[in-house]
Amino acid sequence: MSYPPRPDAALVADGVSKRYRRRGPDVLDGCTFHIPAGVVCALVGPNGAGKSTLLELAAGVQRTDRGSLEAFGGQVWAGHPRVAHLAQHRPLFHRFTVAETLRLGARLNVGNWDAELATRVVDPGRFHKDDRIGDLSGGERTRIALALALGKRADLLLLDEPMADLDVLARQELMGLLMAHVADTGTTVVMSSHIISELADACDHLLLLDEGTTRLCGGIDELVAAHAVVTLPGGLDRLAGHTVVEARPAGRGTSALIRTAGAPGDDWEVRPPSLEELVLAHLAAPGVPGLAFPPNPPSRLHVKETAA
Amino acid sequence: MAFSFRIDRRSGVPSYVQIVQQVQQALRLGLLQPGDRLPTARAVVEATALNPNTVLKAYRELESQGLVETRRRHGTFVTGTLGASSADSPWRAELADVAARARAAGLERDDLAALFTDVLEDLYPSKEPDVVSPQA
Repeated sequence: MSYPPRPDAALVADGVSKRYRRRGPDVLDGCTFHIPAGVVCALVGPNGAGKSTLLELAAGVQRTDRGSLEAFGGQVWAGHPRVAHLAQHRPLFHRFTVAETLRLGARLNVGNWDAELATRVVDPGRFHKDDRIGDLSGGERTRIALALALGKRADLLLLDEPMADLDVLARQELMGLLMAHVADTGTTVVMSSHIISELADACDHLLLLDEGTTRLCGGIDELVAAHAVVTLPGGLDRLAGHTVVEARPAGRGTSALIRTAGAPGDDWEVRPPSLEELVLAHLAAPGVPGLAFPPNPPSRLHVKETAA
Repeated sequence: MAFSFRIDRRSGVPSYVQIVQQVQQALRLGLLQPGDRLPTARAVVEATALNPNTVLKAYRELESQGLVETRRRHGTFVTGTLGASSADSPWRAELADVAARARAAGLERDDLAALFTDVLEDLYPSKEPDVVSPQA
């Protein structure tokens, strides 16, 4: 297993904004983040946070209204040879058979196609040779669309809810294949999901979006280590000096998720947060400043500050 | 040597620790012996769907404990052993004696387990914080 080092960051966003209607809301609103090459990044956030839009922008399928988005140091564009995209609606030709779809993948990616991997993901024994894509279930279409994305020898995989309509067996199998592919090639993966617990084992990086902006971005170990869940006698005043992300009463005391800064009190219980706790706490606290590792450089553009 | 890992995602124990513990347990039970070849990290990744770094971390930890050795292009081999099975241990009789007297003095099973864990913690301070956190 090898991890070929890639000096360019896989995906860098600086003040990305996007809206769909002239007077509509900004789906992405000054979104800034840096995803290094070689990571498996969980893209997480509530519905409407801008996850699918971000993946489409990175795939070059949509254009940003403001801000820049770069993959491997260069502009993103539709058909970028190093970037593959699994869109949420699994775009496939419904009249094609499974075999024809794979042939399409090979033809669209001449010189850049891993036929063996695509076939292994499809697992043709599951399908009859005359099955047309339109006859298949959602989960089966996802499997085939995933095969097309993996078959393209891309260095950046943008996967929009890849496990969403897969049954539990297929999830285990395909996630295993995806992780093995990462192990073999060091490819960067950005995958969105609503189910954080599923992502926790596969992902080593997190990008949390809410209302179109970045709330957290960085290695999961680093982000978790920067926070603590503390339980202590007394109220919030005892937490002065620490950034409190979320706090709640605990009998005569307080339980809070904080950004660690200095030593805890002697009478505090301290433990690291789970990934899910970290995400939920930040979604419940939009006023708390976002956190990124490495810290975001000052934007070249004016970035709208979140209201305090 | 075929060896499968069972990762319990809801156990609160980090996945890489579970891998380490399962190899240690197999060594204790004699299910793995010096010279046996462990599955490649890549094979474990595919079977468990864990992040490759997690599996590598576990194999590195086993290596640092002197239990396995990775030889490039050949694989990862068991090189160490772990203590005799508990039935053979010369310490068993002494521990059983202490436990029986503690029980006669009124200690419940959980009390005694907590006490022994405390003693172990003093004697073998853990390298990682001994915290059970709910896994996401």
